[in-house]
Amino acid sequence: MSSTQQMRGTTKWALNLNAVLVYLFFYAPIFLLVVYSFSNDNLVGRWGGFTFNWYREFAANDEVQTALSVSIKVAIISTLVSVVLGTLAALALERATFRGQRIFDALLYLPIIIPDVTMAVMMLLFFTQGINLLDSWFGIRLSKGVTTVTLSHIAFSISFVSIVVRARLDGMNQKLEEAAQDLYASRLQAFRYVTLPQIMPGIAGGALLALTLSLDDVVITQFVAGPGSTTLPVYVFGLIRRGVSPLINAVSVVMLAISVSLVLLSLILQRTRSGADAA
Amino acid sequence: MVSTQAAQAEQTSVESAEQATVEFEAKAIRQASRRGFLMALPAYGYLVLFFAIPLMIVVVYSFATRTSSGGTALSGWNLDAYRKLGEPIVRDILFRSIWIALLTTVLCLIIAYPFSYYLATRSERVRNVLLVFVMIPFWSNFLVRNYAWRVLLGNDGPVSQVTSAIGLGETRILFTPLAVIIGLVYGFLPFMILPLYAAIERIDWRLVEASRDLYASGFESFRRVVLPLSMPGVVAGSILVFVPSLGAYVTPEILGGAKTTLLGSYVVVQFLTARNWPVGASLSFVLMSVMLVTTLIYFRSGGRTL
Amino acid sequence: MTETTEKCSVPAVGITGITKRFGDVVAVDNIDLSIADGEFFALLGPSGCGKTTTLRMIGGLDFPTEGSLRIFGDEVGTLPPNKRPVNTVFQNYALFPHMNVLENVGFGLKMQKVNKSDIAARSRQALDMVQLGHLAERRPTQLSGGQQQRVALARALVNEPKVLLLDEPLGALDLKLRQEMQLELKTLQRELGITFVFVTHDQEEALTMSDRIAVMDSGKLLQVAEPEAIYERPANRFVADFIGNTNLLEGTVADSTTVVLANGSRVEASSDHAAGTKVAVSLRPERAYCHEVGGAPSAHSTIDGKIRGTTYLGNAVVYRVALDWMELDVREENRPGMAKFEQWQEVTVSWDPSAVAVVAD
Repeated sequence: MSSTQQMRGTTKWALNLNAVLVYLFFYAPIFLLVVYSFSNDNLVGRWGGFTFNWYREFAANDEVQTALSVSIKVAIISTLVSVVLGTLAALALERATFRGQRIFDALLYLPIIIPDVTMAVMMLLFFTQGINLLDSWFGIRLSKGVTTVTLSHIAFSISFVSIVVRARLDGMNQKLEEAAQDLYASRLQAFRYVTLPQIMPGIAGGALLALTLSLDDVVITQFVAGPGSTTLPVYVFGLIRRGVSPLINAVSVVMLAISVSLVLLSLILQRTRSGADAA
Repeated sequence: MVSTQAAQAEQTSVESAEQATVEFEAKAIRQASRRGFLMALPAYGYLVLFFAIPLMIVVVYSFATRTSSGGTALSGWNLDAYRKLGEPIVRDILFRSIWIALLTTVLCLIIAYPFSYYLATRSERVRNVLLVFVMIPFWSNFLVRNYAWRVLLGNDGPVSQVTSAIGLGETRILFTPLAVIIGLVYGFLPFMILPLYAAIERIDWRLVEASRDLYASGFESFRRVVLPLSMPGVVAGSILVFVPSLGAYVTPEILGGAKTTLLGSYVVVQFLTARNWPVGASLSFVLMSVMLVTTLIYFRSGGRTL
Repeated sequence: MTETTEKCSVPAVGITGITKRFGDVVAVDNIDLSIADGEFFALLGPSGCGKTTTLRMIGGLDFPTEGSLRIFGDEVGTLPPNKRPVNTVFQNYALFPHMNVLENVGFGLKMQKVNKSDIAARSRQALDMVQLGHLAERRPTQLSGGQQQRVALARALVNEPKVLLLDEPLGALDLKLRQEMQLELKTLQRELGITFVFVTHDQEEALTMSDRIAVMDSGKLLQVAEPEAIYERPANRFVADFIGNTNLLEGTVADSTTVVLANGSRVEASSDHAAGTKVAVSLRPERAYCHEVGGAPSAHSTIDGKIRGTTYLGNAVVYRVALDWMELDVREENRPGMAKFEQWQEVTVSWDPSAVAVVAD
């Protein structure tokens, strides 16, 4: 890149330094957190020798384990549902024209740009109102719980999945589908043998994104969770607000490990995919 | 004659169709349209039920009345909740939130621009590796990343240990606006880097060479070529940082103190503690409107990606 | 004898009164076209003229708004592409990137539920036909443009279509390869005896390869004829101008053998337009000659001018001659003893009256 070669010494030096500092800024806190999670000291930020104690406590703590299993359950169900709905929506928007398309397009964008807090408020009022109505009209007694949390997570995940799948559909040569039909494939076969394999990386990416978002969410879940449906982030958030403890260090590192493995998984998926296409 | 029959027999394998008519074409278009609608329907229905209707309920609630017991009466519609937003307490929180969000955005821009420029001018191999290391924090758990700073900035935490070791005394950053800003910058910096990088990477570097050929100095060609061409990235990044900063809840709760209540926290308090739902509803509606308007302005001004 | 005539009288593709509208845009405007069995047929025109839409309608990728479309006598206008006995070689090939070459070629057979061993055998055979048997396991992205083109061809032909449609089949190849493939396609078509319908914007390609050419513009069919007739006797001004290079001398028909040019001079040119019709006399550069003033053969039509510029092409020289009212190109083949002219030299341009065509709008 010629501009780099032409950059003067000081500019170049400053850019390099800035880059180093940015990476330090990104990784130092995470690194230290991991280190302190193995520290044998009751203060969260002090090194007191190596120990696995906090992880043992993590494994033994029933509340943490319950929260973790709720999180995983909610994440998996909401991901499955939102992947199906989001992919269908993406196909409809990219490959068809229908009445109300523009409104749908706009509606699909809203959950992405809406602030977490507003969405949380919306879901809270909706479920409170809905539960009251069901009770007074039909006498059905429901309460907030895992179901309301999952329903809320699906509501924001659909949009993210559909955006990722749409990008993939948009980048796909539409002639491929025509070619399949020209070669005697029915509409359904063309989808199954050509479109689906082509957009699979997008669907996988969307699924990983939905998983990540579900495992990340605090605010919305906090509003719609009932007794017994506390997810891990909400539980940890509650703990932090009451005061820090080395146990939280260990739980945080586990959560971090989960999300980093999801990122790496999606990157590897992307790489093998593009590798197969290009090599 | 025999061969003609053979030809005809062969042709029966092809289903014979009608001649094309305007009506047939219209029917085909209608069918395609219905197919599209049916595919969109599950997501469409879901979002109407679990998003559009909840949104309307928020609007309705913002005009309702808070009863003395802390409940909400869906009658006696009024603008009290919106009037309350003009009161000094709320106004202070509003201004503080905007100020902190703006500062966060500017800081992100200052840090991210040279960094993105650096990224975009690496060779492709190096660039891809460096990008992966931006993506990892970008996708890592937000709560955990904020918590890491809580550990770092704590009174006996490593930062304080270092400063007292070198004789600067203990630092007391935690629970101040500074801590909140650090947390927000930390959380949202990747939102600034990625669009900026995308914009700078797209620039045709022959334009820079052309400007140098036309007597621009290195700085001049940056100012008159690179900077204007990367403007879409600057705008997109700024919106992506400003919008969530303004509505931030987790970061100020973890890193901020009692004196740094921001909009997000205030809304949550209205719902979960103070039980003044109309005020909470009106405030979250205002918050959403700000974001919508910002986003619309961005799209109208030719922005494409968010 | 009657059998053969009867068989030949059923066109491979019969288009009657076909119109295609996209919203308010008329892409194809009420065309009639009949393509004979075994013909190598070109749809030629500038981009946006409706040629690709016509091809897509034959293939079933677009439905006509109105009209009848028959393939070997069977109405197919409203059938989806998978129910039509035609196959397409797509522009830029549209090979499936997630399948290898063999799977690409076998796709059509698989969709028609041909049994597996037949699919393998026929796909191999088709690949051998295009000399790519050795690349069967490769991915399309690992092939050169020319190889991809052959795979696309094999993928379509393996289905033994009654008509093969080709959408700008050679557009993405470089010049040398394109010329090679032109010859190969032509040979292949002769051997297989299948009707080929191809779309191109390249008039030279159309002239080289096809038995007949349909020239289209703005959704209308302007002329359908053999290459020679298209070049020698263009139906109108657009065709004359679009096919090859030509000088269009504006004028008015005086009688069946005379045209009065815009500068008032009368030239001999036969036409069947009514007297008074505004026309242009199409004079191909290679049909005109430059002479020293007054040196033209007496049987020729002449016009005087000045040499304004010279373009040296190697095998020929093109003189641009300035008249009072327009400029003309005259092409002199670079043979030994070719006359040479100086800049601004006064010259007489001449041509054999039978070498021009009179075209109206």
